[in-house]
Amino acid sequence: MLAIYKKEMRSYFINPIGYVFAGVFFIISALLCCYTTIVSSSYDTSTYFMLMIFAFVILIPLLTMRLFAEERKLRTEQLLMTAPISITGMVLGKFFAALTLFASSLLLSCINFIPIYAFASIERGNDSYNTTHIGPVTGQVVGCLIGILLIGAAFIAIGTFISALTENQLAAAVITISVILGMVLLSFLNTLIDVYWIRFIVDWFSVLSRFNTFSYGLFDFSALLYYLSLTFVFLFLTVRVYEKRRWG
Amino acid sequence: MIKIEHLVKNYGSNCAVDDISFSVESGEIVGFLGPNGAGKSTTMNILTGYLSGTSGKVSIDGIDILADPLGAKKLIGYLPEQPPLYLDMTVDEYLNFNYDLKGCKLPRLEHIAEVCEVVKIGDVRKRVIRNLSKGYKQRVGIAQALIGNPKVIIFDEPTIGLDPKQIIEIRNLIRTLGKGHTVILSTHILQEVQAVCDRIVIINKGKIVADELTENISRAVENNRRFNVKICGPSREVLSTLKSMSGIVYAEALAERDGEAYTYMIESDYGVDVRKKLFYTMAEKGWAIIGLEALGMSLEDIFITVVDKSAEEKIRQSKPARRRSGTKDALEKQVAETMVREGAEKRALADTQEIEDED
Repeated sequence: MLAIYKKEMRSYFINPIGYVFAGVFFIISALLCCYTTIVSSSYDTSTYFMLMIFAFVILIPLLTMRLFAEERKLRTEQLLMTAPISITGMVLGKFFAALTLFASSLLLSCINFIPIYAFASIERGNDSYNTTHIGPVTGQVVGCLIGILLIGAAFIAIGTFISALTENQLAAAVITISVILGMVLLSFLNTLIDVYWIRFIVDWFSVLSRFNTFSYGLFDFSALLYYLSLTFVFLFLTVRVYEKRRWG
Repeated sequence: MIKIEHLVKNYGSNCAVDDISFSVESGEIVGFLGPNGAGKSTTMNILTGYLSGTSGKVSIDGIDILADPLGAKKLIGYLPEQPPLYLDMTVDEYLNFNYDLKGCKLPRLEHIAEVCEVVKIGDVRKRVIRNLSKGYKQRVGIAQALIGNPKVIIFDEPTIGLDPKQIIEIRNLIRTLGKGHTVILSTHILQEVQAVCDRIVIINKGKIVADELTENISRAVENNRRFNVKICGPSREVLSTLKSMSGIVYAEALAERDGEAYTYMIESDYGVDVRKKLFYTMAEKGWAIIGLEALGMSLEDIFITVVDKSAEEKIRQSKPARRRSGTKDALEKQVAETMVREGAEKRALADTQEIEDED
């Protein structure tokens, strides 16, 4: 597993794809952060994180499309499958490599908050009203970061699974985009439905509605479980795809 | 070392491997010979754990590949038909990755250097694999299989797409490896298995049609009774002498001419080596033999004869059983007959062409 992880990490950085991902990630996050907070003179970061989830629709497939599709095309999967490593190890190695790149980009993009906090401290120094809180709520920011990390992990697992289904990277990317987009838009579908129980079910499956609790600065254990199980299910399916191919 | 019992692999309704059983002893070099689509690659993929058989048992050094896949895979180095190379890595990076992947315990630098030494890729270790020539890529693939010094090494068509010089190098390399490892290689080139292997398993349409020591197959194949012989002397007299020699069933002058020498094609009787006699007879007459060339047999001929033989054996099984040696003689006889028949056909064809040319 460690060997695969190392190899994937390296391949992100000897190919342009890793730099493209990181670059686009930083640009999008900086722009979104700027527009949702400073330009619209607000300290509320929840809109920024919400929009970032939409950006993931494009960003995550960049990370995951080549994970298995390329191996299959180059026939290097034969090397991995005949090496003394388990299929689970192989899938996890690749998943964690993608997750590492994603998480480190996310953490680095936190520099976007520096100007906001700086503004807040200046404003606090000038003003006399000390009774209200000025500046972003740190608890909310941290909560959102955790939430968004979990969502990213779930999306990466979905992308990994789709990449294992095809040997065409482009097809993997397009399908991943549509699936993630569908999952994100599920919550908007909700507003169109009048029947309560259908709304309840759709809401239950929706990725965004569970994120809301994080944006209030609350840590929702059921949401954590939801995202983790989503990740687990898709990684498990990826392993099954490979098991099945052996028997096919 | 390797034991395959009643292995079956179906792809849907298509049966790729049909009840194959054979075993390979430690230190043997076994060649897996068969036409395209015979099930060679499928068998190799099952052996290495890339695919699973529909039914049957495969064990490597006593370890069942299904019960303990990781343990079995540790013992195997595998070069698939298309070498599994990461084109964006350098050779060094690639071999290091393989070292990690296989959980190798040998001293890293020495081991990798040693492998590079064996396959002679020391001079390209810093280069990106994408830019290497086909021969070097193949060698990097072989190096990959050697990492970790596995007990069993499996090559799937290792010389495909290489130039003749590289083919010879790779064959020598495989023979060297055979001294310390158990080697299985698949190919559709007869000369290759003859040159390299101790034993040949011939497979066709998913079934084993022959499993013999190389000498036996070579004997069946090379028990050659057709020669092209170049003799200096008056052609008509030489021909009549040849025809009157005992042990020669057919002689013919070919159109080829080299100075005062003519080329004749002769066919000897079964089990008779006429070469010595031919030499003395010609020497007596004062005609010099300046060339003697045995005519080979193509792979198609061998498949035809061997596959025919397996069909024949089935018929024979319904009759009272014969002894094995009898079968072998029958095989030799049949090979010979096919050659004679085909030779006659070719000559007939050549004759008609000549007539047409004259018109």
